[in-house]
Amino acid sequence: MIIRTVFKVCTQTWADKEVKTLDEYILEMKNITKEFPGVKALDNVTFSVRKGEIHALCGENGAGKSTLMKILGGVYPYGTYKGDIYINNQVMKFQNVRQSEDSGISIIYQELALVKELDVGENVFLGKLPGQSGIVDWDKLYYETSKLLKELGMDINPHVKIKDLGIGQQQLVEVAKALSKDAKILVLDEPSAALTESEVKTLMGILRELKKRGVTCIYISHKLGEVFEIADRITILRDGKSIGTYDIKDINEDRVISLMVGRELTERFPREKHIPGEVVMEVKGLNVYDPDGTDSLVIKDVSFKIRKGEILGIAGLMGAGRTELVTSIFGGYPGKKTGEIFINGKKAEINRPSDAIKNGLGLVSEDRKRFGLILEQSVATNTTLASIEKICDWGVINSNKEYLNATQFVKELRIKTPSLGTKVNNLSGGNQQKVVLAKWLMTKPKILFLDEPTRGIDVGAKFEIYNIMNELVRQGVAIVMVSSELPEILGMSDRILVMCEGAIRGEFDYREATQEKIMYYATGGR
Amino acid sequence: MNTMNTKLSVNNTTATAKKGIFSSSRIKANIRTYTMISVLIGIWIIFTVVTGGTFLSSRNLALLARQAAVTSVLAIGMVLVIVAGHIDLSVGSVLGLCGGVMAILQSKMEWGVIPTLVVTILLGTVIGAWHGFWVAYKKVPAFIVTLGGYLMFRGVLLGITKSVSISLSSPILKGIGQDYLPKGVGIVLGALAVVVTAITIVRARASREKYNLEVPPVYQTVLKICFFSILIIGFVLVMNHYEGIPIPVIILLCLTLIFNFIATKTKFGRCVYAIGGNPEAAMLSGINNKRYTMMVFILSGFLSAIAGIILTGRLNAATSNAGAMAEMDAIAACVIGGTSMMGGVGSIPFALIGALVMASLDNGMSLLNTESFWQQIIKGLILILAVWVDMSTKKSNR
Repeated sequence: MIIRTVFKVCTQTWADKEVKTLDEYILEMKNITKEFPGVKALDNVTFSVRKGEIHALCGENGAGKSTLMKILGGVYPYGTYKGDIYINNQVMKFQNVRQSEDSGISIIYQELALVKELDVGENVFLGKLPGQSGIVDWDKLYYETSKLLKELGMDINPHVKIKDLGIGQQQLVEVAKALSKDAKILVLDEPSAALTESEVKTLMGILRELKKRGVTCIYISHKLGEVFEIADRITILRDGKSIGTYDIKDINEDRVISLMVGRELTERFPREKHIPGEVVMEVKGLNVYDPDGTDSLVIKDVSFKIRKGEILGIAGLMGAGRTELVTSIFGGYPGKKTGEIFINGKKAEINRPSDAIKNGLGLVSEDRKRFGLILEQSVATNTTLASIEKICDWGVINSNKEYLNATQFVKELRIKTPSLGTKVNNLSGGNQQKVVLAKWLMTKPKILFLDEPTRGIDVGAKFEIYNIMNELVRQGVAIVMVSSELPEILGMSDRILVMCEGAIRGEFDYREATQEKIMYYATGGR
Repeated sequence: MNTMNTKLSVNNTTATAKKGIFSSSRIKANIRTYTMISVLIGIWIIFTVVTGGTFLSSRNLALLARQAAVTSVLAIGMVLVIVAGHIDLSVGSVLGLCGGVMAILQSKMEWGVIPTLVVTILLGTVIGAWHGFWVAYKKVPAFIVTLGGYLMFRGVLLGITKSVSISLSSPILKGIGQDYLPKGVGIVLGALAVVVTAITIVRARASREKYNLEVPPVYQTVLKICFFSILIIGFVLVMNHYEGIPIPVIILLCLTLIFNFIATKTKFGRCVYAIGGNPEAAMLSGINNKRYTMMVFILSGFLSAIAGIILTGRLNAATSNAGAMAEMDAIAACVIGGTSMMGGVGSIPFALIGALVMASLDNGMSLLNTESFWQQIIKGLILILAVWVDMSTKKSNR
């Protein structure tokens, strides 16, 4: 209660000041141009942020958002780019990350910079542990940490190791860490990509709290819903150029999307009428055990059918067992499984991914960098990885065949890459995802599992992936799509299964499904 | 001398860094080759000057090539193991044990040459399979398994030889380590190599042209052919100026060609690089990680046996400390040659340049009568410097 009143007072004082500070820029980046060999990543970009606002930065993947933030964060030092950075009207020439941090900038990247084996308190104060002459004052450390966490309304024990926290809570620890450094400008790069809905809510609450305290926040996100919920202003980048800055009141989602992609998108989900054919796969009584050897089940008695030429959506919250379900059907899950899988009416023994591929299954897995791609290798190598046999004569790779196959998919899926020999690491997220798709399409699958097929990729690339899915369905492929984005589930699937705690709790035709119904079953209602 | 060497490498870095900004990835790879080769040439120039030319005499170069052969054979297997994301610390001990068994079979049990060789190679292969089994199927880290092998097989060697050296009596086995190819045969092989190289380069160019890929200007291709031809002819002439091409070097060249082909052009090689690059993605793409991991260790064991045969032949005897520390030289060669300890990246020809760097240091410093403690210190330093140069070239090219 006391804390709340304090905040109220703060809010009022801020409200008073707001009028004066309205046009006071805490940060201005003027005419920033940054070139990489062969690419102009940023072209004369200007970006201004007012004191105490939440400023959203939007753009497709590869638009230059991350590059801009890396310049701000001192990752690309002064001199490697053209243009000027002003903080409180003073020119800044950051030579390294440290100097940027010292002037109050704190950037939380998508890949969190936490030490997994250390606890929350140690992580928050990493690099500036309190104490004297090299001896850590542990009591102070944990006291300060819990004070900080409490102020932010975070319910986290400072003694817990980072690896034991969920990804959402890890993100919050990063925020706490940034604040402990006295950050004036907090940059969040795609903070919500891996968060559940309730975690996003907590994060939003904390950001509002920070705003009241006068912390300026730059929020990078693909999820426009969140942007419109929280941001005061929005700046849109496209192809390395700044397209414009708008008050959130003066603009709507569709307009932002069209500014981002440079054209009007009439519809976000290209729904087509599918005519489902015969049943191609049936799963009966599938149970999957925890790989840690305990008797607990991660998948409980799951049965369902998939028809030729349909899209089956699987909805559910994080940890509902959706990924475990598709990976175990595919033979890639380490835990033991029981139950039966029939493919075209015949019982199939799938013990490892190669069995699944032989049976006409494909799996575009959830985390493309971890499970889908070999980042240090080329587009061609990655494309042909799951069907090496097809490009080999007697175990020797026929580079002509490899070239022809890879070119075909690069063209068909419109993968933007300088060459077939380019490392996939250098491609944008959407194009990386297309490479993973290409890899599986080359195996000519009859049943394709897509686990979060559009996570972390931009609107334009999403649309292209939906079109590819439709094209596959037309060719008679059965698609199983796991997704955490309800609009996507509703917009693309023909049938929807809802999972909760390892079991299927509901099944709908898309015409009768609504977000509310799905959430009801996904949260365990019956 | 040492500082001169360092300076040379540093200059190289900055020069390549400047060039690198405008280069495509293809040229980038070449720049790295040039870096490693210029480090090697730098070392050679220094030794030539300091020894008053003795280092570059054909007799010494033949000796150098022979010395490098054993480490190089081990390095071929080591590249595959490291690329697959593992390590093999046992190769030195396996080399020693195979040499010991060969000597016992041949001179004590009076077996014929062929059965002796077959059994020796089989032994190395089986030991490799043993390591592979534990690493691939029982999930024990390769460092631990091969550290165990390192201790065990050295122990077995000490047991069967009772710590005395056993000399060979077969001139053929001795010849594998010591003989030279007749000069005429050397010239014919050299000519053949020139023709094959030229054809390969021209065909690679034609294939790139056919698919509308970026083709280097004609003069560059001609220069490339000339360069390799001169290299091959020069090598044959220098070797023939002394006694001819040493047999171990011929064996090494054959193995290099075969294994480089396996690594770059076959399904097997592709899968090994994939497993090292991202084991989970490889597994989910239907690659049988366990089987390939096992095979990589089998190959490493096989190559250790061959290295054992060459070394025992060269020394004309099996000793209980043969191949001690050879695993470290092999790993160093790989690393100098740009193999990533993280797995997924590495090349056999580069590793051989690395092996040549290590052997040149040994050879040159021995010519100078440098005390052995200095030799170790300098080799250690060069290892660190070479990797540092390699890493900074990569970074500045980014």
